[in-house]
Amino acid sequence: MSVLDAGPSTVELDRRAYRRSRARRSTLGALASTLVFALVAYLTITNAPGWPRVRTTFFDLDIARQSLRPVLAGLWVNLQVLVIGAVLVAVLGLGIALLRTLRGPIFAPLRIVATIYVDIFRGIPLIVVLYLVGFGVPALRLEGVPTSGFVLGTAAVVLTYSAYVAEVFRAGIESVHPSQVAAARSLGLSHRQTTRLVVLPQAVRTVTPPLLNDFVALQKDVGLISVLTVTDAVRASQIIVGQTFNFTPYVLAGLLFVLLAVPSARLADHLTVRALRRQQGGGR
Amino acid sequence: MRTTTRPSAATATAAGLAALLVAALAACAPAEDTGTATTPTDGGDCGPANLQTIEDSTLTIATDQPAYEPWMVDDDPTNGQGFEAAVAYAVAAQLGYADDAITWTRVPFNAAIQPGPKTFDFDINQFTINAKRAKAVDFSSPYYTAVQAVVTTGSSPAAAATTIAELKALTIGAQVATTSLDAVTEVIAPDGGPSVFNTNDDAKLALENGQVDAIVVDLPTAFFITAAELTDGVIVGQLPDTGTEGDQFGLLLDKDSPLTDCVSSAVDALVKDGTLAALEQEWLADVADAPVLE
Repeated sequence: MSVLDAGPSTVELDRRAYRRSRARRSTLGALASTLVFALVAYLTITNAPGWPRVRTTFFDLDIARQSLRPVLAGLWVNLQVLVIGAVLVAVLGLGIALLRTLRGPIFAPLRIVATIYVDIFRGIPLIVVLYLVGFGVPALRLEGVPTSGFVLGTAAVVLTYSAYVAEVFRAGIESVHPSQVAAARSLGLSHRQTTRLVVLPQAVRTVTPPLLNDFVALQKDVGLISVLTVTDAVRASQIIVGQTFNFTPYVLAGLLFVLLAVPSARLADHLTVRALRRQQGGGR
Repeated sequence: MRTTTRPSAATATAAGLAALLVAALAACAPAEDTGTATTPTDGGDCGPANLQTIEDSTLTIATDQPAYEPWMVDDDPTNGQGFEAAVAYAVAAQLGYADDAITWTRVPFNAAIQPGPKTFDFDINQFTINAKRAKAVDFSSPYYTAVQAVVTTGSSPAAAATTIAELKALTIGAQVATTSLDAVTEVIAPDGGPSVFNTNDDAKLALENGQVDAIVVDLPTAFFITAAELTDGVIVGQLPDTGTEGDQFGLLLDKDSPLTDCVSSAVDALVKDGTLAALEQEWLADVADAPVLE
């Protein structure tokens, strides 16, 4: 038989053993420093002069138990707005991005309109858009225009976030190398086919992590529609806080939002890693 | 600002004598109370003869100008009409001052709550009693505790409601973290839950837009926003007392005024004998058309 079948050399085996011991050492080191940090943080907080008061005001288990149901009911409203909003934001954002990346002098008005839209709705704070849409549109008293805070609030959130997402999509579209478009056109694909089959698949893959980042931001910002009388998780907490003068419901709502955000964050991480692996092909 | 002093010199003298007589009677009456409310200077005698008023034998009462209904009628406190004018005369009578021993003066709201010498014996102008103000001025016992009221517009379905049950099916709004919101959830308990606003201004706009059918605010606020802010604003009625403490109005006096204890006991007596409740019913419910909803 040949040398290749003899397995790793003793030198290589030594190397592997050495790497394993180093890895074990660094794991132990990380564990120790984390424990020490947690202990110091715990002692600092629990020994703070105001801690007993903070504990009763922010971490009252009884109040947390009482407020769980209303806050969860509110979170369900948040989720509905989130899902409807996210779909609409994706569609509208992509549409605006495509308008902004249109070439040719004829499309100048569309490009200008799309640019103005993005400038305006990325510029205005969401809370102001909510007030303008939520109280301004019904004030017109037009027949058939909804007056529900849920509908108008979702509309306001979509207006603002589609402007952000449009810019993310545009960056993705522009990151596709011009040679890809040139190659597609030379194969006889139309502009529409080129966009759909060549540009967008590459663009969307590039921008998926930043899009998920915007999705997590949207998860929290849907709570702002409570100013339009929608009783979401934050407003539900606020009502209980107003009755009890205890801030525990806010902490509870915060935890629930974190739980909501964790899956999206892990998904974003996973997709980023996968994209890197594909693009950099074993370079790491 | 000029004040209206009605009595001529002759009637004033007569009134003075009458007042002395009343004072003598009054001095006897509350004798058993004086043991608890100790006023060192005059031994707790709350009559015109002993009270150290700005002007001798005359009670000088202040309010703002203009004074609005239902607190005063026709911007004229001397007619004794309107809730606060009536309360002022009732307190004066309790202290032993006849109607013509009372002088009215006008002091802007913000000037009255500042520290410093006062041009009045007491001021009645919907002053909410709070600890911050109490550092600069004295307050009597409260003569009124604000109740909650339902406000709507003439075109709303809530305008015709006469009972709480009729409001249940409607959209009712209130500001978050207020007793008004508690009243919506506990007293009205609308079928679709309350519509909760960040501020009363948001709620008013939503009411004008038709996004809510009615809003709940405290009654003094209801009088103000229906009179001054809402076009076509209507008070549907008062909500029955939920036991939660609303804003309390007190008579305002100079800091450490020698009159404070006497004025407070006069108010307490009027609460006890039901006079204030009757005046409240007369001027804030009947005349102001804000009936208590059942």
